[in-house]
Amino acid sequence: MAGESVITEELNNLLNVEFGPEVYEIEKGMLKRFAEAIDDPNPKWLKQAPPTFPAALVPHELLHKLFNVDIPLKRLFNGTSELEYLQPIKAGDVISVTAKLTRLRQVAGAEGPTLFMFTEMTYTNQRGEVVVKGKNTYIKY
Amino acid sequence: MAQVYFEDINEGSDIPALVKYPTTMQLVKYAGASGDFYQIHYDKDFAIANGLPGVIVHGWLTLSFLGQMVTDWLGEKGTLLKLNGSYRGMNKVHEDIVCNGKVVKKYVEDGRTLARVDIWAENPQGEKTVTGTAIVQLPSKA
Repeated sequence: MAGESVITEELNNLLNVEFGPEVYEIEKGMLKRFAEAIDDPNPKWLKQAPPTFPAALVPHELLHKLFNVDIPLKRLFNGTSELEYLQPIKAGDVISVTAKLTRLRQVAGAEGPTLFMFTEMTYTNQRGEVVVKGKNTYIKY
Repeated sequence: MAQVYFEDINEGSDIPALVKYPTTMQLVKYAGASGDFYQIHYDKDFAIANGLPGVIVHGWLTLSFLGQMVTDWLGEKGTLLKLNGSYRGMNKVHEDIVCNGKVVKKYVEDGRTLARVDIWAENPQGEKTVTGTAIVQLPSKA
């Protein structure tokens, strides 16, 4: 049942709108807590962010809108994550995160319509240098 | 572990596996550290009401385990350039997550000695729950 479109005007209006920047000061304690949470004892992560740390630099504004959009699909899953590292994120950095919804796609799933929401994030340091580029796909069904 | 060099690797060779055993407490820690407070990862009643067998591991946490496997292998002198993962299945708590990796391409680009590594996580049933790719730069002996 691809049937009715779940892609509302509210969702379409979010397409390609840049949200943020949301600013994160990268403190040593934040890195330590993250490394402990992922159970990675590499001492390198006391000074430098481990690979998946950008997951903690959440673009709340966009995600809040995407997760709470008024559509009949209520269950949410993270579909894919992709990160490209241009420079390390280090303790003491100030990282600005911008995010946008780049694409919406509805497919017919086994239990009804499934909506894929494609997002892109850019992480920029205090010198204006892009340090990480990220992509994430969220699935609602 | 000894530093791995570009000359040491071959297409088709495995990288050392990593096994993790996440608990609900670890998911709570991860929720706090990452800011992902979606209840399916720590509230069993909520997870079951959402059609899940119980609390499930954050996809990002499993990808973090895969990231650790790759950076452990890369050592001091290697660099992770790209990491991606697709979340295909569920990892439950109190079960092993086995992280695997295989070098699928070894190449030189712009004078850099690179490799593409297929990475995947398996649950105890042998199902691939996260699959992805890492692009890495390795030091060269040349």
